Amino acid sequence: MLKQTPLNTVHRAAGAKMVDFGGWDMPVSYGSQIEEHLAVRRDAGMFDVSHMLAVDVEPGDASENPNAVAHNSARDFLRYALANNVDKLTVAGKALYSCLLKPDGGVLDDLIVYFLSENWFRIVVNASTADKDVAWLRSLIDERGAKLKLTPRRDLAMIAVQGPRARERVWAVLQDRNTEAKAETEPLKPFMAAEIGEYFIARTGYTGEDGFEVMLPSTRAIEFWRALAAAGVRPCGLGARDTLRLEAGMNLYGQDMDETVNPLESGLAWTVDLASARDFVGKTALLARAPTRQLIGLLLEDKGGVLRAHQKVTTHAGEGEITSGTFSPTLGASIALARLPAGVAAGERAQVDVRGKTLAARIVKPPFVRHGKSLLASIKEKPL
Amino acid sequence: MNVPTNLKYTASHEWIRSEPDGTLTIGITDHAQEALGDLVFIELPAVGRKVKAGEACAVVESVKAASDIYAPVSGEIVAVNEQVVASPEMINADAYGHWLYKLKPANAADVASLLDAAAYIAAVGEE
Repeated sequence: MLKQTPLNTVHRAAGAKMVDFGGWDMPVSYGSQIEEHLAVRRDAGMFDVSHMLAVDVEPGDASENPNAVAHNSARDFLRYALANNVDKLTVAGKALYSCLLKPDGGVLDDLIVYFLSENWFRIVVNASTADKDVAWLRSLIDERGAKLKLTPRRDLAMIAVQGPRARERVWAVLQDRNTEAKAETEPLKPFMAAEIGEYFIARTGYTGEDGFEVMLPSTRAIEFWRALAAAGVRPCGLGARDTLRLEAGMNLYGQDMDETVNPLESGLAWTVDLASARDFVGKTALLARAPTRQLIGLLLEDKGGVLRAHQKVTTHAGEGEITSGTFSPTLGASIALARLPAGVAAGERAQVDVRGKTLAARIVKPPFVRHGKSLLASIKEKPL
Repeated sequence: MNVPTNLKYTASHEWIRSEPDGTLTIGITDHAQEALGDLVFIELPAVGRKVKAGEACAVVESVKAASDIYAPVSGEIVAVNEQVVASPEMINADAYGHWLYKLKPANAADVASLLDAAAYIAAVGEE
């Protein structure tokens, strides 16, 4: 039996094509995936991401962990548990992207951590890894004797509203529901969040566009979704979410990285703080070995197919493999993320085996698209 | 499901129209385009190529996946539709209005072995 989000009946009533996504019954598209993609690039679209899990990290009672050390705060714990450094979070509401690593440096998950107060951090993890993550974090808490409480928030729904007009459409919907919501979220800078009554609103996303990710009580999700649709926000499925994030050069956990690779070989060195003196899970392993591979972008230059995951890539420095590939609706060309030898660089050429044919691709530095515009000098976005 | 009764079908989701000159016109069904999603690339066989029944002879790729297109009967490719190569999305808009290739069957009687509309609907139902 697949798990269902609070919006499942709405997706089914809309005639969405549903798929099993990590054990969840999720909409892949409501019609044309490309039209949904372009709606996000040009106007506003929304995604049900309630399958993802918010987990609150707060001070606990001593009775919950008899081994607790009184002075071990949420910040102390996350400073040790995450590869990125929560000490970068100095302003309440600020968010940080980070990997959760195993001691050997393998990526258990990628997540966003929000700093709301010293007594309240919220992390948002992927759906298929949520149970594993919570179990891992609990074992770490026990191991360190931390006095902390983890609360998985399955009572919350999550809706990502993305696109150049996403914020104004959210405000239009909120003005009847919470008069302070616009005033409090208008000043939010990217990667900042605020809690306004029953809404938790973050200026974050997974598309390369502006927008909000909104958490709210599950019981309110259907009404809020319908109001957004009435305000002109197009429902979009996981298919468009995948092509949008790939154009934006963002990794998908389980596809571009997993427990068998470390973040330095996954294009995520910028999210690992190795500069500070702090210790964190996986640090010793990351320092012990220089990366031999890298995750980088490919742009297909030959006609003849579409780049796909697991296609073999040949470079002057050796072989590699595509981890995510698709047709980019914005560029009208095929793009990919590929794990290639550390010795190759953007601007060089590679050969890709596409269904038995050898096609030429250019190695490029992601992202491919940001805020609706091509970032590749040689290729312009398709006209409106 | 949109399955015109004047066409024949395969269980692998090709539609086949018998032309007065004895050739067969082949495309993909509406069910197939719906399942594949937005088509972005089509590769067609060389005219003159001899194919066997069930042989993969064309490829359609959507945003999501690549899918082989099979020859419904043995024969020779006599024409291909370059319009759909230039604009694959035409097939999403009207799967029966746009063909992929034309085939001259080696044995005209083979066409009788193809599925009719009712049998195709039943085959889709069993997937």
